[in-house]
Amino acid sequence: MSSSYLSKKSTVTIDRVNDTQISLRHISKIFPGRKGWLNKITGQASSDFVAIEDINLDIEHNTFVSIIGPSGCGKSTLLDIIAGLSTATAGEVLINGQVVDKPGPDRGMVFQNYALMPWMTVQGNIKFAVETVFPKMPAKQQQRVIKENIQLVGLTGAENKHPHELSGGMRQRVGIARALAINPQILLMDEPFGALDALTRGFLQDEIERIWEQQRKTAIMITHSIEEALLLSDRIVMMTKGPAARIDEVLEVPFPRPRDRTTVESHPDYLKLKQEMEDHLYRETRAVEAARIG
Amino acid sequence: MTVVRESLIKNSKKEKLLDNENIRALLLFLLSLGIFLLFWEMGAKLKLFSKGMPTASLTIKELWYWVTHPFYKNGPNDMGIGWNLLISLRRVAIGYTLASLIAVPLGILVGISKVAFKAFNPYFQLLKPVSPLAWLPLGLYIFRDSELTGIFIITIASIWPTLTNTAFGVANVDSSYLNVSKTLGASRWRTIFRVIIPAALPNIISGLRISMGISWLVIVAAEMLLGTGLGYFIWNEWNNLYIPNILVAIFIIGIVGIILDQIFAYLEKLVSFGKS
Ligand SMILES: Nc1ncnc2c1ncn2[C@@H]1O[C@H](COP(=O)(O)OP(=O)(O)OP(=O)(O)O)[C@@H](O)[C@H]1O
Ligand SMILES: [Mg+2]
Repeated sequence: MSSSYLSKKSTVTIDRVNDTQISLRHISKIFPGRKGWLNKITGQASSDFVAIEDINLDIEHNTFVSIIGPSGCGKSTLLDIIAGLSTATAGEVLINGQVVDKPGPDRGMVFQNYALMPWMTVQGNIKFAVETVFPKMPAKQQQRVIKENIQLVGLTGAENKHPHELSGGMRQRVGIARALAINPQILLMDEPFGALDALTRGFLQDEIERIWEQQRKTAIMITHSIEEALLLSDRIVMMTKGPAARIDEVLEVPFPRPRDRTTVESHPDYLKLKQEMEDHLYRETRAVEAARIG
Repeated sequence: MTVVRESLIKNSKKEKLLDNENIRALLLFLLSLGIFLLFWEMGAKLKLFSKGMPTASLTIKELWYWVTHPFYKNGPNDMGIGWNLLISLRRVAIGYTLASLIAVPLGILVGISKVAFKAFNPYFQLLKPVSPLAWLPLGLYIFRDSELTGIFIITIASIWPTLTNTAFGVANVDSSYLNVSKTLGASRWRTIFRVIIPAALPNIISGLRISMGISWLVIVAAEMLLGTGLGYFIWNEWNNLYIPNILVAIFIIGIVGIILDQIFAYLEKLVSFGKS
């Protein structure tokens, strides 16, 4: 088992060299400040804010990447640029060699606040996505896709409920099903479990791991949880504090797949990686606090 | 342990009837109503109020008469209150529907486009605070017809709350819904009809509710100067100097107002989906 894993790993690394799916090139984002004489008079003028500066990253097919960094460093800003919801001030995002500057159904997004339409049922929310992306698909097939994805996230029986009748964990299951139902190449998740209690969070992490093993879609996930990142990712991108946040370091996570909590935690490298991430986050967060006081 | 719990359950059952907020409120309401009617009856009998103030019992008797004989017709100045009510409701229905047909689409347009909002907002701001009755002479001059003027006044009066609420709701749709729509690559039309309008529906309905309230306020005032309807009924009884019927009409206007408002309260609940 472990030997086959080792040989697999070496081929994977070779593959990765020319198998880049997402390529971030010199991405910067500057939020313009408030200018002009009116703002000056009212004392509301502010200077430009450089959120992220010169981010470079290549992500290979079928890789699960986590982004971790101190609060407010620009993780959401970066993910929104990849999603096409916001445009980079400089630099470009390439997907399969093509520049993307618009949102599109090749990228499925899972939102921290679930972003479910409250007037649509569970089924309705997923149907809206499927109908939007595959308008020509026969109704029968649409229905099958919807049903499959509801099954995949374990929501069978709740199809006709409205989001306000569901718990937070179940709502995010709908969010995940909606993102997967359009069969995107890439899954983008911005703190998908940030609003959930620890137990529910654990369940959903296990679900994501299970689903990811089935589908192996390239995924980019923002998280604040070191354990979550180690459980799910192939690579962990650690960002420095803002302003002008950069990528500090990219960790390779060597744990074999399929993973589960216990095998991951007993892997010889687990504690070393965890320690490294803790040190990084502690250092950057302390710098944030110091900057705030100073 | 179990004994304590059982006695707790028993106690809570015993106290339930008097503890229930609704029942206490009902009792207080009935009590205050009784005191009010008694005070009115005694005051009127002892001539404590101004001359011609009817007693409570006479007013209630009149109310009973009007409610049991709603539909009769002996000429325009002597009609059952049911006819007058239907006339008022008809004017409101036509004027209000017209206003809504203008206000909702215009509100959506203005809410979606920042340019349209800036361009048209001055009109709304200028016209909103004008009393609808100020349009009455203009209406009579233009239409030379009391019926059309009544409808015109209702339309003008009930356009603004729906318009401004719709525009507000559309302009302030939760950006995460719009982001979902964008990431799916939904077309502009699809976003408007499947996301923006449903998301703004609670605001649109509450605008429609305020507009309905205003229509009902305005129709009574306008009808005093027109020819028929509940407002005219009051005006006519004022000319007859018969106060009990005026009180009866006030009561009926109030009840109908409550019913109209409750219809919209129900609609609001229907589209709120957990958000109150
Ligand atoms: N529209 C905006 N205008 C101005 N500044 C902004 C805007 N959006 C974000 N910022 C700033 O950019 C920085 C990065 O924000 P971002 O939301 O990307 O951080 P984050 O890493 O996702 O934080 P968190 O971990 O708290 O979610 C913050 O300092 C924020 O104040
Ligand atoms: Mg964020």
